[in-house]
Amino acid sequence: MTTAQPQPRLSLRNISKRFPGVLANDRVCLNLYPGEIHAMLGENGAGKSTLMKMIYGVMKPDEGEILWQGLPVDIAEPAQARALGIGMVFQHFALFETLSVTENIALSLPAREARDLKALGRRIREVSERYGMALEPDRLVHSLSIGARQRVEIVRCLIQDIKLLILDEPTSVLTPQEVEGLFQTLKQLAAEGCCILFISHKLNEVRALCHNATILRGGRVTGECKPAEESAQSIARMMVGEDTPISTTYEKRQGGDDFLVVRNLSLDSPDPFGTRLKNINLRVRKGEIVGIAGVAGNGQDELLAALSGERLAEEAGQISMPAGRIALLPPLQRRNQGLAFVPEERLGRGAVPDMSLEENGLLTAFGAGLVKNGFVNWGKTRAFARSIVDDFRVKCAGIGATAQSLSGGNLQKFIIGREIRQNPSLLLAAHPTWGVDIGAAVAIHKALIELRDAGTAILIVSEDIDELFQISDRICAICHGELSPLKAVRDTSIDEVGQWMAGHFDDGAERENAHAQD
Amino acid sequence: MLRIEKRPVESRLMGYLSPVLAAVLTLVSGALLFLLLGQSPAEGLHAFFIMPVSDLYGLSELGVKAAPILLCAMGLAVCYRAKVWNIGAEGQLLFGALIGSWAALQFLHTESAWALPLVLLAGALGGMFWGLIPALLRTHFNTNEILTTIMLNYIALNVLLYGVHGPLKDPEGYNFPESALFSDSTLLPTLLEGTRVHIGVLFALLAVAVVWVLLSRTFIGFQIRVLGLDARAAHYAGYHEKRLVIFVLLLCGGLAGLAGVLEVTGPIGQLVPQVSPGYGYAAIIVAFLGRLHPLGILLASLLMALVYMGGEMVQIELGLPQALTGLFQGMLLLYLLACDFLIHYRVRWGDRAAVTKSAATASQGA
Repeated sequence: MTTAQPQPRLSLRNISKRFPGVLANDRVCLNLYPGEIHAMLGENGAGKSTLMKMIYGVMKPDEGEILWQGLPVDIAEPAQARALGIGMVFQHFALFETLSVTENIALSLPAREARDLKALGRRIREVSERYGMALEPDRLVHSLSIGARQRVEIVRCLIQDIKLLILDEPTSVLTPQEVEGLFQTLKQLAAEGCCILFISHKLNEVRALCHNATILRGGRVTGECKPAEESAQSIARMMVGEDTPISTTYEKRQGGDDFLVVRNLSLDSPDPFGTRLKNINLRVRKGEIVGIAGVAGNGQDELLAALSGERLAEEAGQISMPAGRIALLPPLQRRNQGLAFVPEERLGRGAVPDMSLEENGLLTAFGAGLVKNGFVNWGKTRAFARSIVDDFRVKCAGIGATAQSLSGGNLQKFIIGREIRQNPSLLLAAHPTWGVDIGAAVAIHKALIELRDAGTAILIVSEDIDELFQISDRICAICHGELSPLKAVRDTSIDEVGQWMAGHFDDGAERENAHAQD
Repeated sequence: MLRIEKRPVESRLMGYLSPVLAAVLTLVSGALLFLLLGQSPAEGLHAFFIMPVSDLYGLSELGVKAAPILLCAMGLAVCYRAKVWNIGAEGQLLFGALIGSWAALQFLHTESAWALPLVLLAGALGGMFWGLIPALLRTHFNTNEILTTIMLNYIALNVLLYGVHGPLKDPEGYNFPESALFSDSTLLPTLLEGTRVHIGVLFALLAVAVVWVLLSRTFIGFQIRVLGLDARAAHYAGYHEKRLVIFVLLLCGGLAGLAGVLEVTGPIGQLVPQVSPGYGYAAIIVAFLGRLHPLGILLASLLMALVYMGGEMVQIELGLPQALTGLFQGMLLLYLLACDFLIHYRVRWGDRAAVTKSAATASQGA
């Protein structure tokens, strides 16, 4: 539909970018035409982000040319990219929580446009209404939901004369319903002639939204397709290559006796922008996986911290395991009772950035015979780390490599391996495959399923609904610190869980306050 | 054009080279300083760094000076590995000296072989007590240990002055602020006939070995390192932060207290107001100069002891003020901090810098 137009708005010619030890982009070519929504697909480390950063002027290509509306350009910095009409919405928002929407947007504008905040506020209202993105210019950002914050980022791009909008995994933080709204906006923008570059891992979304797709693997363009004409399976195949398994369905289990029991857990968050847990009730059985869906920042972190013992609850009986009531026990004693935990932050919590894998293995696995009489058995510790690296195919320069030298996905494999290897009776895992490539995700899922089949109670918190449906036996959602009903996966639907994520728990009836902050 | 850019990864080489570079810069600046003072730089440096250790007695004095610095610095290194910023080794040393002296004065008329060990133990316990105060203040009231330990240094000094002017003053000492001379049973045996070098040197070397094993082989040492590198990971793994904070401060207090009691029972032989010429502060420089590594600290403590002796020597030989000691210490620390900048940054010439800079930031983002 777009290839008929003669001149591409943006064209990349043989772009190469080299980092020490790796060729991040290898002679990449790409043409974008006005009005086109173009997907950039590829696994982590395929070179998508590098390419986007070069278009947005964050870095410069080593070789090759960028043509903007037919003319070669040298984009030295993001301000120059914005002046050309290129906008980018990053995966991690860059907003000041204590400033208002208008002030945040003013910060990214040239000084003369930012001076009159009233006029800017009017323009923000205008733009947001025009594209169906509800936004209150005077609201402080910390009071906005994640979806609304993303709208701020997008409006920030639209307020200037935008010709190319780059979105880096924009849907990973949204509920299914919010994703719908975003897509409407993007389609409208495209209809008005704006180009959109859309980076995503979610192939069904790409199929629903994008006109064309370019697939990167190992820094090279390995395929182009029209997503609507392909299946998610066939696109995934192009992304990972022929020899990697891409998806499996797992048998659902009933589970045995209750292992983890949470009763009427309410807890304030120490963080002023945190979420208060409200009357959480939850049971996780031996030999089952319970999944908790939800948009980030709805109490997941607080719930996991209360379960892991990093934050103590108010009454001992609020959380119990077969060995007794644990809600007031510190993390170490819970670990001794068989708890293992994969936290959300891999670096800086799940692993010490400056320590080697060997030492990071010891971090939590000290109970597995690695310490005797207060002395570390480094021989055993090394063997332990090596077995994780081998069995979970952690790509690293050896067990002496520091945790921070690993890619996010590989470090995640190491951390999950470390926790699983301790044969826990209860495993808590936050976002087990977030940012992990397809091959590694499959390996992690298999390991979790094996652990479940060995009788471990597993609780998984994730933002990826598809993943939760794939591996969980029972599922619920968390919204504003409240837990939805817990249902067997086969008795519910993505649509219903999506409703729960938005706070509609009782047959569509909206809970009080559920949307108060939206 | 000269540019400064962030290194993609920190340089290990510079980590080791930085103390050496700092020492060299200190020497160069020292030479300039002598020149400005109207002395020959070569002669000045010779008097400062070579003459003090040109004979056996000088070498033995180096050991005498290095031992207390080394003991304090080993304790501080453990604290700093846990990112517990204990500045209080001086106070812990003084309090150890005070309590040790009190104990020694109880043994003025005894020949018992138990006297000396008990005195040393009392000194170490005194130091531990002085280390426990900031530890508990931090674990129970969340106070900043930098402030509390500094304040406690002055309190310890004044308590010591009170003791030496008051209850511990020698009744037959013509009202001089000094305690009675300790009896032979509470004086440290010397290692070499005719020198002042005492068995405290062996304690210091033992401390090096113990701390080395503690940090590299024991689980508690591992926990200390994790706490220092990444407190959230320590919390996640279930390590007891409070207990670790108390442990490192007790350990440092014990070692510094031992250093203090070794001073009064060794080279000094009685309690005097000037027990320490700032050993506890010098040890901070030594700990960082030695990269918080036991072996590095051993070398750095020798250098620092030499600086103390050099200051005395130029006073005697060239008639220059002893304040040069403090000046050299200060330069050493200043240059070390400046050179440490090169661990994370590098200096480049020319235009290619722009390209490599973006590569560096990019590889961090990737």
